[in-house]
Amino acid sequence: MAPAWLRGASFLRNRPMPVWRPGRTPGVRTQHIPRAFIMASFIAKRIFQSIFVMLAVSFVAFALFRYVGDPINNMVGQDTTLEQRAQLKEQLGLNDPFLTQYLRFVNHAMHGDFGTSYRQRRPVSELIESRLPATLELSFVSALIALAMGIPMGIYTALRRRGVLSQSFMAVSLVGVSLPTFLTGILMILVFGVLLRWLPTFGRGEVVHLGWWSSGLFTGSGRLSLIMPAFTLALFQMTLIMRLVRAEMLEVMQTDFIRFARARGLTERAINFRHALKNTLVPVITITGLQLGSIIAFSIITETVFQWPGMGLLFIQSIGVVDIPVMAAYLLLIAFFFVIINLVVDLLYFAVDPRLRVQGL
Amino acid sequence: MASHTLSRFMSSDAVYSFSRSPVAVMSAIVLLVIVLGALGAPIIAPHDPYDLASLDLLDAGTPPVWAADGSARFLLGTDDQGRDMLSAILYGSRISLVVGFASVMLSLLIGVSLGLISGYAGGRIDTLIMRVADIQLSFPAILIALLIDGIARGLLPRDAQDALSIYVLIFSIGISGWVQFARTVRGATMVERNKEYVQAARLIGMGPSTVLRRHILPNVMGPVLVIATIHLAVAIITEATLSFLGVGIPPTTPSLGTLIRIGNSYLFSGEWWITIFPGLALIALALSVNLLGDWLRDTLNPKLN
Repeated sequence: MAPAWLRGASFLRNRPMPVWRPGRTPGVRTQHIPRAFIMASFIAKRIFQSIFVMLAVSFVAFALFRYVGDPINNMVGQDTTLEQRAQLKEQLGLNDPFLTQYLRFVNHAMHGDFGTSYRQRRPVSELIESRLPATLELSFVSALIALAMGIPMGIYTALRRRGVLSQSFMAVSLVGVSLPTFLTGILMILVFGVLLRWLPTFGRGEVVHLGWWSSGLFTGSGRLSLIMPAFTLALFQMTLIMRLVRAEMLEVMQTDFIRFARARGLTERAINFRHALKNTLVPVITITGLQLGSIIAFSIITETVFQWPGMGLLFIQSIGVVDIPVMAAYLLLIAFFFVIINLVVDLLYFAVDPRLRVQGL
Repeated sequence: MASHTLSRFMSSDAVYSFSRSPVAVMSAIVLLVIVLGALGAPIIAPHDPYDLASLDLLDAGTPPVWAADGSARFLLGTDDQGRDMLSAILYGSRISLVVGFASVMLSLLIGVSLGLISGYAGGRIDTLIMRVADIQLSFPAILIALLIDGIARGLLPRDAQDALSIYVLIFSIGISGWVQFARTVRGATMVERNKEYVQAARLIGMGPSTVLRRHILPNVMGPVLVIATIHLAVAIITEATLSFLGVGIPPTTPSLGTLIRIGNSYLFSGEWWITIFPGLALIALALSVNLLGDWLRDTLNPKLN
């Protein structure tokens, strides 16, 4: 799309999007590929890659499930006879060829069946279903906090580089990057839980059940319990987003189009927010999207510190007692989240950056 | 000869920029103190935390020396079993440093070799290695480390787990960190591969492995050093995190993370020092390594940032 100040010019409006091929003379229109086609092939490529990643991860999960520890030994008691074991093995299809077993595993997983937990004797899908809302709520709220605080802080530190507040933001962010997540959590518990006694230090508080989803957002104690874990989880991402926005803003402020905007006599406000900020958002969207995935993974640590009853806590407990089906299911689920997030980020990127639409990838 | 090398080193850019950077000097001093304390733990430490006979439960939960009922025998107080916290931290940072160094070495070894091969061979091998790297990179390193740790636990016999836990930890953190090395080295190798000295070396009949080792490797080591330093901080934090989560070093030979984990359950009874002092030691260690890494990056290659 033409820049806003040229948009009135009708001779630019109805022309097909030119495609520049690298290595040819710029300015010479070569070939017109419909935009929809570029987009479709891009999406198809990404979906194909995602499926490949999921297959690779499911292969690891299957190998884990099948070959780490003996599944039969983990399901039966000490006094089961050899015949019964052999019968169970046949029944579960563990004598089938490798590929058959793998395909069956994938098929079951796609239908939400991850087997039975070795330790808790309950279907893994049931366990995960009961823990999923806690983790997703925590991750979502902390991603919101990280964005809502990180972006303004980044803009501020970029615009007022020498200010005292900016310098202190930067110093704090350096500590924030070096501070391990679990220590942040412990320090917060010590200050706000033990010394000041303002906030609850473990659990989710009261939850409201909406169908199978349990939410702590609608009760006072639920919201209070969420504060510390969410901030702990958000801190690292917040410093990352702040530094990223700052670096991008500083870079954009040096460019010609900002100088041109100045020359046109635009107000500082319009330059900073309508022109500079808008152009920093592409990398910010990418990184933030990818960070959302790592928030879900890092919630393992936060959930352990605050005994938050989510999937991460379940995963850690299952590693401790070598509960393979739970580990395999968690791995698959996390991989699924990551793949979906990556896909969405790619599409967003495509939507935000017009250059990609022209070149394709 | 030696004095000549030394004087050349002392007048180099790196030493000059080091002496001009107060942050780098401070971090180097902090790091040196921690490393010396860890190395000299058997000599410096006032007590031996591994010697169960010297522990007295009556000393348990003594606050630090400046608190009202602190004791001069235990400068930083004691934990729930009467272990002297200062000694425990000295011995603990020893394990943290060993695991950190060893796992960085493992990452470096795997990453640099694969990066060299990938960049030099190109083609299918390159695609395969980089595809694996991409998949691993799309997951956070800590998740990979946790997973490898969990698998190792499943494979090892139960009674060997505690004894082998330190090696399992080194292995899992090492595997989780090779990608950054591989990607950087691959990029640098692809640039070096086409330079004249490499072509000359091939022309006189050197095999690929000799060319890689003798000629390309020394020229790609600069960025590797920077990544290794920054990665050391990451590895130390990862070790502490895994130990804190209870899947790392067992409490019998505590690392900093294990000490924090032990102390965490006594936070509510007001015995804050069991957690806070190992925590501060960990922060000082990670922060000083990070700052040194930053300085190294800016010095070796101002454009790398």
